[in-house]
Amino acid sequence: MSAQPLLQIRNLSKAFGGLMAIQELDFHVNKDEIVSLIGPNGAGKTTFFNLVTGMIPPDAGQIVVDGHDIVGLRPNQILERGVARTFQNVRLFPNMTVLENVLIGQHTRTGTGPVGAILRTPAFRRQEEQAVEKAKETLAFFGSRLVGYRFDQPANVLSYANRRRLEIARAMASEPKLLLLDEPTAGMNPRETAELTELVAKLRDEQGFTICLIEHDMRVVGRVSDRVVVLDYGTKIAEGSYHEVANDERVVEAYLGTKAGKAAS
Amino acid sequence: MSDYGAALRRRGLELFSFTGGFLWAVRIAAVVVVIWGAVGSLTEGRLTFDQWKNLVVFGLAQGSVYALIALGYTMVYGVLRFINFAHGEVFMSGAMIGFFAARELNQHGLWSDRPVLGILIVLLVCMTTSTTVALIVERVAYRPLRQRPRLILLITAIGASFVLQYAFRGLFGAGVKSYPSIEALQGSWRILGFNVIKTQGVVILIAFGMMALLYTFVERTRTGRAMRAVAEDQETAELMGINVDRTIVTVFAVGGAMAGVAGLLWGLVFQQVFFFTGFLPGIKAFASAVLGGIGNIPGAMLGGLVLGQTESLGPSLVLSGLGVPSAHQLKDVIAFLVLVLVLVFRPTGLLGERVAEERA
Amino acid sequence: MAARFHRPDPRRTVVLGIAGGLTAVFLSAIGMVEEFIKRSLVDPEVVLGYVTIALVPFVFAYVVARPPPVREGIAPVRPGPLTLAAGAVAGLLTASVVSLFVVITTEVNVRGVLQNVSPPLLETLTFHRGVGQGVVWLLVGGTLIGAGGAAVHLIPARYRRPVVLAVVWVLIFGLLQVLIAQIFRGLKVGDTVNPFLYKGSRGLTIHGAITVWIAAFLIALSLEGQREAMRRRLAEATPAVRRNYMLVGLAVALLILAVTPQILGNFLSEVLDLAGIFLLMALGLNIVVGYAGLLDLGYVAFFAVGAYTGAVLTSPSSPEWNPAFTFWAAIPFIMVAAALAGIIVGTPVLRMRGDYLAIVTLGFGEIARILFLSDALKPYFGGAQGIIRVPNISIGPVEFVTSQDFFYIIYALAIVLIYVSWALQHSRVGRAWMAMREDETVAEVMGVNIVAAKLQAFIIGAILASLGGALFAHKIGSIFPHSFNIVVSITVLMCVIVGGMGSIPGVILGAIVLVGAPELLREFSEFKFLLYGALLIFMMQMKPEGLIPSRQRAQELHQDEAAQDAWLRREALGDTEPEPAK
Ligand SMILES: Nc1ncnc2c1ncn2[C@@H]1O[C@H](COP(=O)(O)OP(=O)(O)OP(=O)(O)O)[C@@H](O)[C@H]1O
Ligand SMILES: [Mg+2]
Repeated sequence: MSAQPLLQIRNLSKAFGGLMAIQELDFHVNKDEIVSLIGPNGAGKTTFFNLVTGMIPPDAGQIVVDGHDIVGLRPNQILERGVARTFQNVRLFPNMTVLENVLIGQHTRTGTGPVGAILRTPAFRRQEEQAVEKAKETLAFFGSRLVGYRFDQPANVLSYANRRRLEIARAMASEPKLLLLDEPTAGMNPRETAELTELVAKLRDEQGFTICLIEHDMRVVGRVSDRVVVLDYGTKIAEGSYHEVANDERVVEAYLGTKAGKAAS
Repeated sequence: MSDYGAALRRRGLELFSFTGGFLWAVRIAAVVVVIWGAVGSLTEGRLTFDQWKNLVVFGLAQGSVYALIALGYTMVYGVLRFINFAHGEVFMSGAMIGFFAARELNQHGLWSDRPVLGILIVLLVCMTTSTTVALIVERVAYRPLRQRPRLILLITAIGASFVLQYAFRGLFGAGVKSYPSIEALQGSWRILGFNVIKTQGVVILIAFGMMALLYTFVERTRTGRAMRAVAEDQETAELMGINVDRTIVTVFAVGGAMAGVAGLLWGLVFQQVFFFTGFLPGIKAFASAVLGGIGNIPGAMLGGLVLGQTESLGPSLVLSGLGVPSAHQLKDVIAFLVLVLVLVFRPTGLLGERVAEERA
Repeated sequence: MAARFHRPDPRRTVVLGIAGGLTAVFLSAIGMVEEFIKRSLVDPEVVLGYVTIALVPFVFAYVVARPPPVREGIAPVRPGPLTLAAGAVAGLLTASVVSLFVVITTEVNVRGVLQNVSPPLLETLTFHRGVGQGVVWLLVGGTLIGAGGAAVHLIPARYRRPVVLAVVWVLIFGLLQVLIAQIFRGLKVGDTVNPFLYKGSRGLTIHGAITVWIAAFLIALSLEGQREAMRRRLAEATPAVRRNYMLVGLAVALLILAVTPQILGNFLSEVLDLAGIFLLMALGLNIVVGYAGLLDLGYVAFFAVGAYTGAVLTSPSSPEWNPAFTFWAAIPFIMVAAALAGIIVGTPVLRMRGDYLAIVTLGFGEIARILFLSDALKPYFGGAQGIIRVPNISIGPVEFVTSQDFFYIIYALAIVLIYVSWALQHSRVGRAWMAMREDETVAEVMGVNIVAAKLQAFIIGAILASLGGALFAHKIGSIFPHSFNIVVSITVLMCVIVGGMGSIPGVILGAIVLVGAPELLREFSEFKFLLYGALLIFMMQMKPEGLIPSRQRAQELHQDEAAQDAWLRREALGDTEPEPAK
C-alpha cells in the first residue's frame, strides 16, 4: 500500500433527474502529479469537482483522499482533509478585502474562538499576526499584483484576471494537499494565460501541491499535464499523456461534435 | 482489511454531528409526546365523542380560512420567491371593511332578512378591498425592489405589514369590531352524524367553492397557465411572450381576492375584527403554505386544512393528556411548532415545493 | 454653453400631485394632523399639524421638479421657470384633492367609519374659515408651497443644503424643546438662553427661530465640503495617527457620557435608559443580522429569557424558587440560560433558507411569550401576573436607584458590548460570519464550519440580549409577559437596519434616535409604528445599507448595481493591470 494515490475515485456516479452527469467513474491522482481533466461542455467536469469537495452528494461510489473515504463529509471537513478548489465562475467574497479573502482560506488552519477574540489573548494575537503574515506571503506568490495597497481593497474592485489569482491564493492558503483548479485561464488574454500556465507548474514544483486541473485551452493542458483524462457524458473516454490523448480517435470525435476548433490546436 | 474498518468507524463518528443528534432527539421527542398525550386524553375520556366531532368541524372551518389565506402566500412565493409578510394585513383589510359593509346592511335589515344577498354583497366588498390593498402594496413597496436580494423584499414586506396595521388602526380606530350575527344561521345542521353549526357549515361551503374556482382558474385559463409558467421559469416565460409584469400583478390580485374571502369568513366564524387580526392568521397561513409545499396551490389548501385540525384537536388531544393546565392557551404554540417541525424535517412540504430553482 | 432648462414630465407631475393629495388626506384621516395641531413649534402660528400637512405638497413638488442628475455626454439641464410651474401645479393638485375631501366629508358624515374625520379636523383643514373660503385658502396655499418646494432647486448648489438644513434645525429645536431647554439648564445657562429662545412651552420665539436658522446656516455652510476632506484625512492617516484620533474621540465620548445624566435630569435620563436597553439588544442583533446575515425576527425571546432568569434568581417573591441572588451573582446563570436558548432556537434553523429562518425565529419569539404567559408555567414564572419585586442593583454599599444611576450601568455595559462587537468583527470568527453572509456555499467549501458559525452567532447574540433583558427587569422592578411581544423584535430590527446592518456607529445612532425620539415626542407615540413601517419601506428602497453603512454591507445590498458596475468597468477598460517587472 505504499504508492497509494492521493485521490482515488471508484465507481462514482451522479445523476440530475434523468441526466447522468457522472457515470461509474474510476479515477486517481498520484501525489505530486498534475492531472488535467478535459472534455466538451457539459461533460461533467465541474460536477466532478463538486462531488469531490462535498458540495453535492454522489449517488454511488467512493472518494478516497489519502486513504480515507470522504463521502458524506461536509465541505469544510473535506477542506480540512486537504482538498481545496477554485470555481469556474470566480466566487470570491466580493465585499471582503483581498487579505480577508485569503485569511478565510486559513480558517481551518487557525483555531481561536470568540472568547480569545474578545479577550485578545496573547495566543489570539500571535495567531492573528502569523495568519496575516502568511496571507501576505501567499499573495506575494503572484508577484506585485496583489500586494501593498491591494491588501485592503475589496475583492470586487479587482480586475478579472486578478480575481482568478486571488481565488487561487485563497485555495493555497488552506494548505491543501490537492488543489482543484476549474478552468483557471478562462477569460484571460494570451499573455495572462501563458503566465498562469507557468504559475501552475510552479505551484507543484515550488509549493508542492498536487494539482487536478480542468482546462479547455489545449496549449495549457499540453504544457503542464503529466496525465490527461478525458470525460464525455460523464464517462471517462480516454486517459494518458497529452500526446496519446490528443491522437485518440474517440477524443477527437467527442470534440468534433462540439468543439473541434479548440481540440485541434 | 482492518484498516478500512477503522476508517469507517472514524468516519461514523465524524458523520454523527451535533445537529444531527439534536434533530433526531427532537424528532423522537415529538413522536413520544404526541402519542403519550393522545393516549392520555383518550383514556381519560374528558371529552365525549360528540365534542371531538365538534372540534373536527370547527377545525375544518378554521382550516379553510387558513387555506384561503395560504393561497396568496404560496402563489406570490411561487413567482417572486419571497414571503409577502403583509399578506396577513391584506386579509385583515378585507375583514375590516367587510365589517363596515355588514354593519351598514344590518342597519337596513338586509343582513338578517336576505342573508344570501347580504353575504354576497359583503363578499364582493371584502374581495375588492383586499385585492386593492394587495395591488397597492405590490406597486408601491415591492415592484421597485424586484431585482434586489430577497431578504430586502422580506424586510420591506414587514414594513408594509406594520404600515397597514397602524394605518387601519388610525383610520378606523383601535377598538374591536363585532360583525352582526345572522339569524338565519343560528343553530346547527345534522350532517352525517356531525353536528355542524350553521355558520361554520356556510363558511366551509364558501371556502371550498372558492378554492374550486381558483383551481379551475389556474389549471384551465390562459392567465392561469401564464402564472404557472412564470412560477416555473421567469426568463423562459418572458421569451415565450408572456407578460411577466402583468402576470405578477394578477398573482397579487388573485391572492388578495382569496384573502378577502377569508376576511369575510373570519368575520362570520369569529365575528371579531381589529387591526391586529391579520398577524396570527397570517403566520399560520404561511405555515400552512409551507406545510403543503410552498408554491404548490393544492398544497396550500391541504396545508391549511391540516393545520386547522391540528390546532383544533391538538390542545385537547395532546396537551390535556399530558396534564397541561388550560391547554387551549397553547394553541398558537402548536401552530408554530408545526411550522418549525415541518421546516426541519420536511422542508418541501406534504405535496412538494413548486418553486423555480435559482440558477447557479 | 447655454444649458437647456429642465422640463418636468407633465404626466409625472399630475400623478405625483394627486399622490401627494392622497397622502395628505391619509395623514388627516388617521388623525395625525389633529393630534399635531396642538403642538406649537414657533410661537404664535407655526404648529406641527400645519407643518406636517404643508410638508406634503412641499416634498412632492420638490420631487416633481427635481432635474435629472448630471451625466457625462448628456447636455446638462438646469432648473428654470417650468420647474417652478410644475411644482406649483403639483401643489395645486395636492390641495385640490384635500379640498375635495373637505367638501365631500362636510356633506356626508363618514365619522361612523373614519373615526378621525371629525368637525374639528375639517375646521383645521379650512383654517376655521368655513368651507368656501377655506378651500380657496387651501388651493392658494398649496400652489405657493408647491412652488416653494420646486424653488429649492433654484437655490445655488452651494447654498441649497445649508438653507434646507437650517430650516430642519429650526424645526428640530421647536420639536425637541424639552430636551434642548433641559440641556441649557443643565449647562447652567438655561436662565439666560431659554427665555430668549423659547416662549414658555409654546415653542421657539420668532427671534429665537431666526437665530437658530442663522446659526445653523452658517455652521452648515462652513462645514459644506469639509466632510469629504475630513474623511479623506482620516483615510490617509497612518494607523498610529488614526489610533490617536480614536483615543481622543473615545475620551470625549466618555466625558460626555459621564456628565449626561447630570445635565439631562431624571426624565430625560429615563428616556436614554430605555434607548440604552434597546441599544444593548441592537448590538446583539447586529451580530446575528449584520455580521452573520441571519434575519432573526424573534429576538425578543432572548431578551425575555434574560429578564425572566434574572427576575427568578433575584426577586424574593419569585413564585417557585427564589434564591434572591444579587444581580452580579445572577449574571453567569443568565448567560448560560441565554446560551441554551440560543442553541434551542439556532439548531433547527441551521440549514434553512434565509426567509424561512426569519419566520421560524418569529415563531420562537411568539412561543416564548405564550409560554411565559401560560397557566402551564405559571408556577414558575407567574403567568400574567409576572414577577414583581426585582431588587435594585448595587455595587458594594452603593445602590443604583434613580434612572440617572441606571444610566451609568446601562451605558457601561453598552461600552463593553460595543468593544465585544468590535473585537468579534475583527477576528477569525467575525471573518467567518462575513464570508458566510456573502456566500454560504463558498464559505463552507473554504473551510468555514457553517453549523458552528451560525450557532456562535445565535449564542452570542442571545447572551447580549439577555443581559439587556436582565437590566430591564432590574430597571422596571417587575416583569410581565406582555412586555415581550413581536413589536420589541421589530423595534430592535429597525435600529439595526435603519442605522446600518453590521455597522456599530449605525446601530448606536439607530437605537438612540428610533427609541429615544418617540419617547420625547409624545405626539408621535400614536403613530410610532406606522412611521417605523414607512421608514423601513423607505430605507429598503432608497438606502438599504442604513444611515451609517458598514463598508461591506453597502456594496452587498446594491449587488445588482455593483455587478453591473464591475461589468461596465471591465468592458470599458479591459484588464489594465500593470505588468510586473521581470
Ligand atoms: N445542480 C445541477 N442540477 C441539475 N443539473 C446540473 C447541475 N449541475 C450540473 N448539471 C448538469 O450536468 C451536466 C454537467 O455539467 P458540468 O457543469 O459538470 O459540465 P462541465 O463539464 O463543467 O462543462 P463546462 O465545460 O461547460 O464547464 C450539464 O448538463 C449540467 O447542465
Ligand atoms: Mg465546468
